[in-house]
Amino acid sequence: MADLNEIQTLEHDVLVIGAGGAGLRAAIECAARGVNTGLVCKSLLGKAHTVMAEGGMAAAMGNVDARDNWKVHFRDTMRGGKFLNNWRMAELHAKEAPDRVRELEEWGAVFDRTRQGLISQRNFGGHRYPRLAHVGDRTGLELIRTLQDHGVHQGIHVHMECTVLDLLKDGDRVCGALAYWRDTGRFVIFKAKAVVLATGGAGKAWRITSNSWEYSGDGLAMAYLAGAELMDLEFTQFHPTGMVWPPSVRGTLVTEGVRGDGGILKNKEGKRFMFGYIPAKFAAETADTEDEANRWLKGDKSARRPPELLTRDEVARAINAEVKAGRGSEHGGVYLDIASRLPAEQIKRRLPGMYHQFKELAEVDITKDPMEVGPTLHYFMGGIRVDAESQMTTVPGLFAAGECAAGLHGANRLGGNSLSDLIVFGKRAGAGACDFAASAQAPVIDKDQVEASMRRATDILNRESGSNPFVVQDKLQDMMSHNVGIIRTKSELETAVEKLKELSAEAATAKAHATSQYNAGWHTALDLRNLLLCSEAVTKAALTREESRGAHTREDFPGEREEWVKYNVIIKRGNDGDMVVEKRQRPAGPQPLVEIANSKIEDLEAGKVGADYQ
Amino acid sequence: MAQRTFKIWRGNKDGGEFKDYSVEVGPGMVVLDAVHRVQAEHAGDLACRWNCKAGKCGSCSMEINGKPRLSCMTRLNSLPEGTVTVQPLKTFPVIKDLVTDVKWNYEQNKRIAPLKPKPRDADGHHRMMQEDVDRVQEFRKCIECFLCQDVCHVLRDHHKHDQFVGPRFMIRLAQLEMHPLDTADRIPAIRKEYGSGWCNITRCCTEVCPEHIGITDNGIIPLKERVVDRYFDPIAWLLNKIRGKK
Repeated sequence: MADLNEIQTLEHDVLVIGAGGAGLRAAIECAARGVNTGLVCKSLLGKAHTVMAEGGMAAAMGNVDARDNWKVHFRDTMRGGKFLNNWRMAELHAKEAPDRVRELEEWGAVFDRTRQGLISQRNFGGHRYPRLAHVGDRTGLELIRTLQDHGVHQGIHVHMECTVLDLLKDGDRVCGALAYWRDTGRFVIFKAKAVVLATGGAGKAWRITSNSWEYSGDGLAMAYLAGAELMDLEFTQFHPTGMVWPPSVRGTLVTEGVRGDGGILKNKEGKRFMFGYIPAKFAAETADTEDEANRWLKGDKSARRPPELLTRDEVARAINAEVKAGRGSEHGGVYLDIASRLPAEQIKRRLPGMYHQFKELAEVDITKDPMEVGPTLHYFMGGIRVDAESQMTTVPGLFAAGECAAGLHGANRLGGNSLSDLIVFGKRAGAGACDFAASAQAPVIDKDQVEASMRRATDILNRESGSNPFVVQDKLQDMMSHNVGIIRTKSELETAVEKLKELSAEAATAKAHATSQYNAGWHTALDLRNLLLCSEAVTKAALTREESRGAHTREDFPGEREEWVKYNVIIKRGNDGDMVVEKRQRPAGPQPLVEIANSKIEDLEAGKVGADYQ
Repeated sequence: MAQRTFKIWRGNKDGGEFKDYSVEVGPGMVVLDAVHRVQAEHAGDLACRWNCKAGKCGSCSMEINGKPRLSCMTRLNSLPEGTVTVQPLKTFPVIKDLVTDVKWNYEQNKRIAPLKPKPRDADGHHRMMQEDVDRVQEFRKCIECFLCQDVCHVLRDHHKHDQFVGPRFMIRLAQLEMHPLDTADRIPAIRKEYGSGWCNITRCCTEVCPEHIGITDNGIIPLKERVVDRYFDPIAWLLNKIRGKK
C-alpha cells in the first residue's frame, strides 16, 4: 500500500512529543547539548496544558521561611504521596527544583517578589512552609512562555499542530513515530534515535475534568502499545475545587491558591466543615480551631496550618461527603469563600485570573460572594514507569517526563509539585535521551508498522458509515465519571470493565465525514483508542488495589492497608495483546531517606534525623 | 432550552461561505460551546482551535458578530438576541473554517533577541522589587490570542507585515526593555527593525485584549517615547553624533 519514499520523512537525533513544560524543558536540554532535536506539539506552541497551571511551582528555596530545605520538601512529598512515591525521584525533585526555578529567572521569568526583592513563595496544601514560586494565579503561563521564548532561540525544530499516531520500533528499541499534520491531514514519519514522551494524562475520559481535549492519554497508550510498563494508574487526582456552575464550565479549575491565601470552605449551613475531616496522620500539624487557623494565616509561627490546606485527596473526599450528606450548595458543590477573608483589592491582585474567570463565566464577583466548587478530575499520578535518574521507560530509547511518567507523586500529588516535576525531570529526560542517542545506531523504519498505523487512521474516513465519535466520547466520559469516580467499589469497577468493551467496539467503527484536513470528527475518533486504553488501565488498576490510599478510595476497602504500601500495580501488554495487571513488590527505600520521611518535623529540624545525609 | 441560529463561515484558502446551524442553548453557554455542539450534531469536520476553555491559552480567537473575541469567554447572553455570526480572524490566511494560519506571529517572536540578564548578586540571587516588575508582569499576562494583531490597522488594512511586528510583539519588546535585569540596548531595533513608528495609537488593540493589558498606553507609547528621546531629542542627537552611536 504505502511507498515509504512518498511519505514525508523528518529525521532527528531526539524527538520530543509534547510541548508543555516537560517537553519544552527536555528539548532545551537536548539542544543545549548540541543534539538535533525535534519537538512535536498537537496545538500551537505555548498552548499546552501547562498554561493552565495556576498556583505555582514548589522549590525549597527558603526565601519566605528560612527553615525550609530539600529534606522538608522531600518529607512533605512522601507524606502527601502516602509513601508510595519513588524514593529517588522524590529526592532528586526536592534537591534540584530550586536550581531549575532560578534558571527560569535567567531565561526571563518574572516571579512575584518578596519585600527584599527575592522570588516570593506561597503556601499550598501539604507543604509545610511557603514554597511555591508563583506569578499571581498564572504561574503555568509564566513557565510555558519562558521556556517557549528561550527555546525558540536554541535551534529546536518545532513542529506545531502535529499529532503523533503511533511509535515506531526497530526490534526492541523505539526508532521514531508516525504522525499527521492537522492543517493538511497528511502523514509524516519521524525517524529518531531516542524519543521523549511528554504528553500529560488522560483526564478527558471523565465528564467533569479540568483537562482540555489534548489530554487523551496519547503517550500512555502509545508507550503501552510499544511494550512499556505503566504504573500506579489507579491514582487519579480529583482536585477539590473545580467550578460547578454554569454547566458549560463545570470542572474548570479554581486554584488552590485561593485556600493558600486564606480562602475557607463552607457548606450550605455556613459551617466551616474541614475541621471535621482532619485525619489522624495530619492531626499533629493541623489547626483544630478557627482561631489557630487564623493566627497561622497572619504568620504566627507557633500556630498550625488550617485544615483547608490538607492534601488534595483529603479535601476532595470531604467535599464529596458534605454534598452526599445533603449539605452541598445550590448546584451540588460547596462554598469557597475568599470575599470575607481578604479586602477586594488584594483578591484582585493575588487572584486576578479567578476574579475574571468567575466574573465572566459565572457572573459571580468573588470579592463579594463565595464561589461554588466541587471535585474535578485533574491529574494522573500514575503513568509510564521510568528509571529515576534518566527517565528511560522499559523500552530502550523511549523516555517519559512530566505527568505521563509515574513515580514522583506516589498515591497523591501535592499542589505545586507538578510544575517543578516538569522542569526537573524534563531536563533529566532530555539528558537521558541525548546519552542514549549518542551511542545508538541509525534507526530503520519498518514499512508494515507505518502501513498499519496509516490504515487505522484512514479507515475512519473511508468506511461507509459508523458510530459518531463525539457520541462515543460523550458516553465514555459519563461512564467513567459514574463508575470510576472519586469513591470506588468493586461492582462499579467491574461494570466499567464491561462497558469499556462495548465502547471499544463502538469506537472501532467510528466514522468521520469529509476529508482529513483539520477535521474535528477525525481527530476525536483517533483519540478514542488512547482514551479507552487509559480508561481500561485505570479501571483495572483500581480493581486490583484493594485498599484506600491517597487519591484512590475504595468504599469496599476503607483505609490504608500496611501490606499494600509494598506494592505497585504494573500494567503491560501481554503477548496475546490482552492487558496484563501485576501486583509487583517495590524495592525498599534507602535507609536515610526512610528515616527523613518518617521523622517528626521537630527531630528533622533539630538535626536529630538525617543530618549527615546531603 | 431554546434554539439559536449560528451563521458560521465554512471554507478554506480557496474561498467559502456562511452556513446556518441551529442548536439548543442553555444557561451559561459560551460561543465555543455552541461551536462544539455544531461539530457533534451537524458538522463533524468543522475546524476550530481551542484548548483550555477558560481564557488562559488564547487558542479560540475568532470574530463574533464582527468583533475579534475569545469564543470561550463570550457568553451567549452577552450578545444581542438573534443569529450569532462566527468567522475566522481576518488578518491571517484561512486554513479551514475558523482556523487561520498564525505562523507569521511565531516568526516575529523568533526575531526578538531574548533577555540578556545582568550577573547575579554575590549570594546567587537576582533582586528585583515588586513595584519595578509590576509593569513587566502586566505585559507577561499576554496569552498570545493574537486578537490585537488581528485588529491592528497596520496589519489588517495596510498589510505592513514586513515593517511592523504588531502590538503583541511591541509589548513583548516593552517587557524586555523595561525588565530590571535586561542589559541589551533594544531601542535602535525597536525603531528600525520592529517598526514602532507605524503604530498610530488608535488603541484598537487595547480594546480587544482579553487580559486587559494597557498595550498602547503602557507599552507602545513608552517605547515610542524612548525612541524619540534617543533619536529626535536635539541634544541627545548631537551627543550620539559625537559618540558615533547610530
